[in-house]
Amino acid sequence: MVTSRTTLLLAALALASAPMLVAQAAEPMRFTSQQIELPTSDRFFPEGPGAEAANNNCLACHSAGMVLTQPKLSKAQWTETVNKMIYVYKAPIDEADVKAIVDYLAAMKPQP
Amino acid sequence: MSHSAIPRRAMLAGLGFGGLAAAVPAWAAGTVKLPLPGGPDLLDLTTAFPGKGPMILQRTRPPLLETPFEVFDQGVFTPNDRFYVRWHWASIPTEVDANAYRLAVRGHVDRELSLSLDDLARLPRFEIAAVNQCSGNSRGLFEPRVPGAQWANGSMGNARWTGVRLKDVLDRAGVKGGAVQVRFSGLDEPVVDDAPDFKKSLDLDHARDGEVMLAYAMNGEQLPLLNGFPLRLVVPGWYSTYWVKMLSDIEVLDKPDDQYWMKTAYRIPDVPGANIKPGQTGFKTVPINRMVPRAFVTNLRDGAQATAGSPVAVRGIAFGGDCGVRTVEISADGGATWSPSKLGADEGTYSFRRFEGDLPAFATGTHAIKVRCTNTNGLAQPMERVWNGAGFMQNGVETVSLHVA
Repeated sequence: MVTSRTTLLLAALALASAPMLVAQAAEPMRFTSQQIELPTSDRFFPEGPGAEAANNNCLACHSAGMVLTQPKLSKAQWTETVNKMIYVYKAPIDEADVKAIVDYLAAMKPQP
Repeated sequence: MSHSAIPRRAMLAGLGFGGLAAAVPAWAAGTVKLPLPGGPDLLDLTTAFPGKGPMILQRTRPPLLETPFEVFDQGVFTPNDRFYVRWHWASIPTEVDANAYRLAVRGHVDRELSLSLDDLARLPRFEIAAVNQCSGNSRGLFEPRVPGAQWANGSMGNARWTGVRLKDVLDRAGVKGGAVQVRFSGLDEPVVDDAPDFKKSLDLDHARDGEVMLAYAMNGEQLPLLNGFPLRLVVPGWYSTYWVKMLSDIEVLDKPDDQYWMKTAYRIPDVPGANIKPGQTGFKTVPINRMVPRAFVTNLRDGAQATAGSPVAVRGIAFGGDCGVRTVEISADGGATWSPSKLGADEGTYSFRRFEGDLPAFATGTHAIKVRCTNTNGLAQPMERVWNGAGFMQNGVETVSLHVA
């Protein structure tokens, strides 16, 4: 029963996709200009010692989401990441903020 | 683009700290729980991205959008509006004029080219089905956990790519003797000046193999902007880091590319399967390259329920990596015994392929169902999960636990 359903599904997919395949069109592909608006994030680093330094320095280049979904990482791991941002990705982070950011990230509790 | 005049405070002011109070963005379309060991594991689903249906929001800017896994049960081709999204730098053009766009071909060539989309569309058409998989797909499932985008298994997709062979374009430019590599760059740029623009390179022989291509369509339609409109490099069988989006520049090199994205980033331990022990040192590294086989159950989630005494249907998708699928085997007893599955239609060497099988009735209790792909080169998925510090090339056998009552 599952077999026949899958076969049907595959057949249906083949039929559905066949007419729209550009390879089968006689004319060259035509292109339509694209313009989109990308959403912005309203997420900030939750309050805590160093949160302001993180908010002021990190969010210019990327939103907070990926940082906040990291697993629990050690201070050494966060130092490595912050240094990569500064020395490789050229993030203009004030020297005085570096320690605060690393401490903040290392103290972050993965949530939820 | 010059953003290094420290726009950050101005930007923050523009965004407004009022958003701080909102626990869930207004545009969230629910949440999804990913199987990330130890968490955090609750992510928003978003419908806020143009051209995209519900996607798992890993990051808003630059976008990291994961395909919800149930999409993979619907067929071997991943719909464009559910195809995962991954960008390195936040300066992404949000407007691309199809008439003004030009692809430059330059460097160690006889004739520099500047090709319009219409120029490309008049070249011989080439089409191939191929899986596009992020190097770090499944990184979130690594144990011990590693830093980086915490993808579950959804930073991959399969499409039918239409466009032109890279070889045909290079032949029109005339590659000079002594050329060794070809470097690719797109319209996206770093936010900060002096940060390394995203560029990737392939060896010349690979670039001219007749399969590496420039795609102007995926699944029969022009690419969504977020997947690289108007043109994307397609490198069948290789990880997506090479599939440069919004491709605008092809540079033929007479020496190996030694810039950051080849020399430092996207490197793997030079050992089979890129698999090392946590803490291990003293290995050489090489740029990540060919994909390895994988198989996934798509009709049963981990922890699914079943009734004792009734057979259980299993189906899923597999791919061979840098070659086709030879077999997908299913184990109903945690890997002690295996039986072959039935493979679905062959859409091409580099495509996802359906598999299905009926498992005999189970006794009451919890059972571990495993699926294992062996590719046409004879390479089988390892039984244990792969580990390396970058979270690349995961392809350990997947397990779904089934609760039978």
